[in-house]
Amino acid sequence: MAVIAKDTSFLGYRRENGRVGVRNHVIILPLDDLSNAAAEAVAHNIKGALAIPHPYGRLQFGADLELHFRTLIGAGCNPNVAAVVVIGIEDGWTKKVVDGIAATGKPVTGFGIEGHGDHDTIMRASKAAREYVQWASEKQREPCNIRDLWVSTKCGESDTTSGCGANPTVGDAFDKLHALGSTLCFGETTELTGGEQIVAARCASDAVREKFMFMFNRYQEVINRHKTTDLSESQPTKGNIAGGLTTIEEKALGNIQKIGRKCTVDGVIDKAEIPTHPGLWFMDSSSAAAEMVTLCAASGYAVHFFPTGQGNVIGNPILPVIKICANPRTVRLMSEHIDVDTSGLLQREITLDQAGDRLLECMLRTANGRLTAAEALGHREFVLTRLYESA
Amino acid sequence: MIHFVLHDRKDTVAVVVVEGVKSGQTLNGWIMDEDRTMTVQARQDIPIGHKVALADMQPGDTVWKYGIDMGKVVAPIKAGEHAHVHNIKTKRW
Repeated sequence: MAVIAKDTSFLGYRRENGRVGVRNHVIILPLDDLSNAAAEAVAHNIKGALAIPHPYGRLQFGADLELHFRTLIGAGCNPNVAAVVVIGIEDGWTKKVVDGIAATGKPVTGFGIEGHGDHDTIMRASKAAREYVQWASEKQREPCNIRDLWVSTKCGESDTTSGCGANPTVGDAFDKLHALGSTLCFGETTELTGGEQIVAARCASDAVREKFMFMFNRYQEVINRHKTTDLSESQPTKGNIAGGLTTIEEKALGNIQKIGRKCTVDGVIDKAEIPTHPGLWFMDSSSAAAEMVTLCAASGYAVHFFPTGQGNVIGNPILPVIKICANPRTVRLMSEHIDVDTSGLLQREITLDQAGDRLLECMLRTANGRLTAAEALGHREFVLTRLYESA
Repeated sequence: MIHFVLHDRKDTVAVVVVEGVKSGQTLNGWIMDEDRTMTVQARQDIPIGHKVALADMQPGDTVWKYGIDMGKVVAPIKAGEHAHVHNIKTKRW
């Protein structure tokens, strides 16, 4: 019997704007690098509040600044977040992030440090965080339809077993979710190099295909402008090569297994933009794990599928990251990081249909509240994508 | 036991999926798309996850995996040898 069907439900948190989350975080979100200390002090004071430090936010401009705001606002808007305290060095840009998050209807307050200092800011922000944590702790999970669960994917420290086992497992699960009208996402623009025509052929319309090829070619121009070698050891990474992957084409052909065999690519978004309808979305994005997963969190995804071969250990503070691995050595040596072992696929002990169902079972348990390996291990990588130098 | 897997009958390389493959060993392979098996004799030790060549190849030849072009041969390769960055490079960057 299939693990998921049209009437499958899970227990989630329905937010003010109708979106459904699977976690109930109160986050302390710094606008900029200077505000990390105050944000971390607030999270230390108030149990259950989660600081999300990062190194940027000063003197950025143009598209890079827009992406900074979009990512922070998107993180705050994510349905896995119940309420937000924003702390910035000054009031103006702090208010911009607060207003962006407030549009969802969720509780959010901002604090600027200048004119107050850290002590006073930490005291006032701690009071707000304490109220939010107590309020959020009374929120109850309620039955939600599986269509309301947004699922993203990105693989990392891939090896050849990723393309044979872990990525096709995600592809099988995506095919099953897509058929039910779920909202899905993949990306990793440079990591489609050599397989871009396969993705283009899967696009649902000419308009989607044109937008995909525009994003793909735009990223190729970045590579061509800055490359000093054929990128070997960067893309594919040193770890990919140690795992047996030889060329970017080989890595891309394995990567693309994540979009299954039946899914159409139904839309294209730029980094940290929010999908506007159900279906499988391509997001233009870096292939660096923490950057891409952070962008998925900012786009509103609630659960993430992360296949790995050599054992990438990534997590995210907002978005639960489910690890899938088909490399029996990695499963043996790094078992504490792996949520779904599909190594049996490569010995024909299980079918792809069974492997996909195992992942979907893990997805439902994660959505219902079970912590992923990365959450239990405290992996909270939050990494902002930069487009160019600060002014 | 399956020692290596390949995606497509056309593939000229396949992935070793067990640890400890030694030179001289006869390897059992699984062609995933056709659910058929084949064998090849290893000419070198090959680590798990690394590729075994299924055909003799010369510099300039296209390497096929998933039934698709995955790069070009840059040093001669014999069937059963280890196929990796020392004898295959990207055509793209």
